[in-house]
Amino acid sequence: MGKFNWTRKDLLSIYDLDVEEINFILDTAGEFKKVSQRNVKKVPALRGKTVVNFFVEPSTRTRMSFELAEQRLSADIINISAGSSSLQKGETLLDTARNIEALQADLIVMRHSAPGAHVLLARRIRCGVLNAGDGSHSHPTQALLDIFTIREKKGGIKGLKVAIVGDILHSRVARSDAWGLLKLGAEVRLAGPATLVPKEFEKMGVKVFHNLRAAIEGVDVVNLLRIQHERQQAGFFPSTGEYARFFGLNEDTCSYLKPDTLIMHPGPINRGIELDSSVADGTRSVILEQVTNGLAVRMAVLFLVAGWVEK
Amino acid sequence: MTVNNEYILSGGRVVDPFQGIEAVMDLGVRDGRIADPAALGNAEKIDVSGLVVAPGFIDLHVHLRQPGSSAAETIATGTRAAAAGGFTAVVAMPNTNPPVDTVATVEYLRYYAEKNGVVKIHPCGCMTNGFAGQEMAALGSLKNAGIAAISDDGRCIQNHDLMKHIVEYAKALELPILDHCEDEILKGGGVMHEGVWSVLLGMKGMSPVAEELMVARDIIFARMIDWKIHLQHLSTKGSVEQVRAARKRGIPVTAEVTPHHLALTDEYIKKFDSDYKVNPPLRSPEDRQALLEGLADGTITVIATDHAPHTPTSKLVEFDYAPFGIIGLETAVPVTLRELYHSGILSLRDFVAKFTVGPAEVLGFDNRGLKPGCEADITIIDLQREVTVDANKFRSKSRNTPFNGLTFKGKAVATVVDGKFVFSEL
Repeated sequence: MGKFNWTRKDLLSIYDLDVEEINFILDTAGEFKKVSQRNVKKVPALRGKTVVNFFVEPSTRTRMSFELAEQRLSADIINISAGSSSLQKGETLLDTARNIEALQADLIVMRHSAPGAHVLLARRIRCGVLNAGDGSHSHPTQALLDIFTIREKKGGIKGLKVAIVGDILHSRVARSDAWGLLKLGAEVRLAGPATLVPKEFEKMGVKVFHNLRAAIEGVDVVNLLRIQHERQQAGFFPSTGEYARFFGLNEDTCSYLKPDTLIMHPGPINRGIELDSSVADGTRSVILEQVTNGLAVRMAVLFLVAGWVEK
Repeated sequence: MTVNNEYILSGGRVVDPFQGIEAVMDLGVRDGRIADPAALGNAEKIDVSGLVVAPGFIDLHVHLRQPGSSAAETIATGTRAAAAGGFTAVVAMPNTNPPVDTVATVEYLRYYAEKNGVVKIHPCGCMTNGFAGQEMAALGSLKNAGIAAISDDGRCIQNHDLMKHIVEYAKALELPILDHCEDEILKGGGVMHEGVWSVLLGMKGMSPVAEELMVARDIIFARMIDWKIHLQHLSTKGSVEQVRAARKRGIPVTAEVTPHHLALTDEYIKKFDSDYKVNPPLRSPEDRQALLEGLADGTITVIATDHAPHTPTSKLVEFDYAPFGIIGLETAVPVTLRELYHSGILSLRDFVAKFTVGPAEVLGFDNRGLKPGCEADITIIDLQREVTVDANKFRSKSRNTPFNGLTFKGKAVATVVDGKFVFSEL
């Protein structure tokens, strides 16, 4: 690994990171990926460290990924979910976090529905804080694993064209991917119904599309986002059927793609809505590799942040 | 300082927009009223040379939180904060617990105002019972009990028919209406201005249209019924444009703006600091610019703080869950001097008018100003004195200010109510 000096107590958003930091995380993740391919997959890097997985908002795959990453690094782990925590009894988030800290925990991995909840904690407690998703705001490890996967497949990020399609307005994945990819020099296109992809996104430096074909023609990567039924109920689009017809990726719409275009999805997939099974399970799909890489990326950020917190 | 019931404020720059006076001159005070200094031969002279001597500042929009939320503010602390900020009178919003929708609550307020208050409190009554927007409050009885105006501040009556009836009824009682303009469906669950920053931050936005629709409604009722409606805490460019056009047509609407909407924009929300969370939300730079222009051309005649205290505990939570509100009594003059006077947007006389003539007109107060015989409510300002905001030293019980730690030039240095110094750094 490089001689780069990691100097962050927390990982709150990819927007905060500079290019060197992102590349350093990706390089570190590359080393950990090799560990995951060995017979003995466990290393002692976080032995004696305590990591608290604090999931105020429910999560299956991110939590599983973080938990396994922590186990592979030999950390001691405590899992707390909203239902089982004192938040139910009216304790504030900060008080819950201070109690965690008083147990000499080293890191808190938090998922929360409120944007910026991690900023509140990180400013006020000594533990390292890792953002495992805050509302529609940020999900840095997802962006890092997406970028890791693209880099691994394409050899680099600079100059690539990446389309992110779906409910961009409510997506922390879309925002985090876009910031990360833009920093690394990709062209980013955001596509979906006008109600879910407001023009204001262009201030980021991305291109906004409301037509799938125009958005994905000639791109190197298409990242599809889960479309939630509740958005239809809130009047953002008429029906999932109409959504699938205009913005779903299927064999027909795939014909606009270059043969080597990567198909990505952060999961869980709505088969037949944003993504047809034939495409999800097809040769261009790297969806399960994203899951594998997520483990390596989370091992890397846990390792780096824990190393700095120790100082 | 010891002050007799007769004294002369000597050598100050008297700025009285009620009379159109701006001159270095002496001002006499006797028995709580302004007096001709020539008639006060041997009275004590208080040197105020180099300072601005203005009629007492009136804040049309203050939440004193008593009764019901005295952990955040009380009449005692809120009026001391007002005095320290240069205000001699405040209009107390009625969204307390219990709300000011009964004669008993008005009498309670008047009792504690007399007992614990250091500046004048003009109670505002609810427009609807429990400010719930369902049934008209007993406006006549409330008026007889001493309210100065009515408002459902914090909420907005969504039922247009009920609002129409209230405007008609209030006109007959000559009760000023102060309206918080907001369409609740469009506001949704928003926590900040809907615009570039809400999109970038992934936060739920509050559309400017939520305000502008109700501003349009109120302008229509003011024209139709020919009764004055004062629009509280105007925050958008679209609202300013509507009020400008309405006033040109002679429709009796007035509007206020808060210091924080003049000084700050939605970009600050990226700090995720709930001291910036306020309703209406901090808007875009274009909106802020329109508010400044609205003050400059007379579209907006009032600066009001919307002083909204919340305990540190209630604010120190996730941004989404924090209550809306910023306190402003102790920072209003420094902040607006920077934004309006030192920046050259308003003359000193126009600046003073936004805190005096403007609010007095809304409330229908006459015989105001620094004229012999008038109540001696006086605000004395040092335009040059530097002040660094330290929330821990506020008289207010609460600390929810976005201006903590910032340095400003100019502040109120003395506040006189009925001839009595209620605050002085002279």
